[in-house]
Amino acid sequence: MKKIINDPNQVVQDMVDGLIAANPDSLKQVPNTFVVARADAPVAGKVALVSGGGSGHEPAHAGYIGKGMLDAAVCGEVFTSPTPDQVLEGIKAVDSGNGVLLVIKNYTGDVLNFEMAAELAEAEGIQVEKVIVNDDVAVEDSSFTTGRRGIAGTVFVHKIAGAKADSGAKLEAVKAVANKVVTNVRSMGIALTPCTVPAAGKPSFTLEDHEMEIGMGIHGEPGIDRTSIASADEIATTLTEKVLEDFDFSGEVAVLVNGLGATPEMELYIMNKKLHEILSERGIKIYRTYVGEYMTSLEMAGCSVSLLKLDDELKELLDAESTAPAFRS
Amino acid sequence: MELEIHDLIKWFEITNERIQQHKDYLTGLDQPIGDGDHGINMARGYQEAVTKLSQAEYQEPSEVLRDASMALLSKVGGASGPLYGTAFLKMSLAVKGLETINAASLVNGLSAALLGIKQRGKAEAGEKTLVDVWGPVVDYISSEESNLRAEDLTSQARMAMERTKEMMATKGRASYFKEKSIGHIDPGSASSYYVFASLAEVWKEKT
Repeated sequence: MKKIINDPNQVVQDMVDGLIAANPDSLKQVPNTFVVARADAPVAGKVALVSGGGSGHEPAHAGYIGKGMLDAAVCGEVFTSPTPDQVLEGIKAVDSGNGVLLVIKNYTGDVLNFEMAAELAEAEGIQVEKVIVNDDVAVEDSSFTTGRRGIAGTVFVHKIAGAKADSGAKLEAVKAVANKVVTNVRSMGIALTPCTVPAAGKPSFTLEDHEMEIGMGIHGEPGIDRTSIASADEIATTLTEKVLEDFDFSGEVAVLVNGLGATPEMELYIMNKKLHEILSERGIKIYRTYVGEYMTSLEMAGCSVSLLKLDDELKELLDAESTAPAFRS
Repeated sequence: MELEIHDLIKWFEITNERIQQHKDYLTGLDQPIGDGDHGINMARGYQEAVTKLSQAEYQEPSEVLRDASMALLSKVGGASGPLYGTAFLKMSLAVKGLETINAASLVNGLSAALLGIKQRGKAEAGEKTLVDVWGPVVDYISSEESNLRAEDLTSQARMAMERTKEMMATKGRASYFKEKSIGHIDPGSASSYYVFASLAEVWKEKT
């Protein structure tokens, strides 16, 4: 293992300290927790958004804290859901009395811990709603599995629900627009290399030099196929077609080409070139394109493609102001 | 025969010893069909639980269970934290007010725990989760009640754990592996086996 860390068991603590040090005016740490919140939280009169999950996906989720996006992010251990007491502290730190929406990626651990936190918060008189993001088309959405995983499409939920909350909307309306994003967003990724959880010290799986895994999750969960490495055009075609097969995107879309941690931006732009060609051939209009690292998997090489179908409401909210360090608009 | 406050503390201590001892084994079980952290997480949580129990004074058994539950909830993480945390919290509520726990109240407590796990995880029997150990164990204890034998409790729990090997996972992260999840023991069922083998050890010392 070759990493720029100190004690492998202190990486989350050290990261949170460094993050706060970089953004002293806009972020604060809730004392004795790994909860990062807006420095000015709770914001009076506003529904608050809280997300989080295992660490190792930076800038998700603490990088999305700011006006127009999240109010707090709860940082779990690397690839491990935060515990209910931590999520509860996050909820309490940002609730202004107008209620809190939890944005949860669909993993059993995250769902259980956030649900327990929601029950504890409700017991303390805080109004809590939740939305579960499941945008990964690589895994089957059936009653025989836990359902689809939440990956990079989650960033669109943060952005759009955050803008809605910033507009002064009520909790129910913020939840409704968050669910609208979940309904209209799909993603899929590929991995070229594994990644190493610091406390584990070695990669959780292996991929040969010539191999790639199609549909791999952001913690190294299996995908749908392991093949020989293909060209950027072929990868873009595979991912985009799979996403388009799953949902009718005709009309206008936002595109997110996301790097998993070790893939250079150059390669993401090469992917994006083909992606635009494919969408234009199909007559799908691209309203906005985002290229970069939005939801990573430590130092995994690879990328994901997300498409969000837009209407006027979603377009307006997507373009609304955000001061979050990792998503300025 | 009745379990007292110190017996319950002992239950968590013995479980902790077993989990620390088999930490790498549990993590190893979690690697092929999960995310490879079950042993690490359970070891962290149980260590915290026994530390907490050793530092407090208790008036009744339910308080031991409540404190253990809170420690597991806040320290285990992943899916196992809320599941074990809920189990011991429900058990604590079910035995609240009792000075000691006899066989009948043990049945009540563990039944409440099982129900809690099922509700929290939205899981039923046969889905390759810890329900597949807690369920058969609760059935066994309910059917025996006053004739409960420690050796049988251990072997029932072990057999239940081993049966998860042939099951296909339909809940949790292992469900993505579908048929490929067959042939692996469920990590949560393995840690649950240690919980009941330890309970049997405590029970045995009392008889």
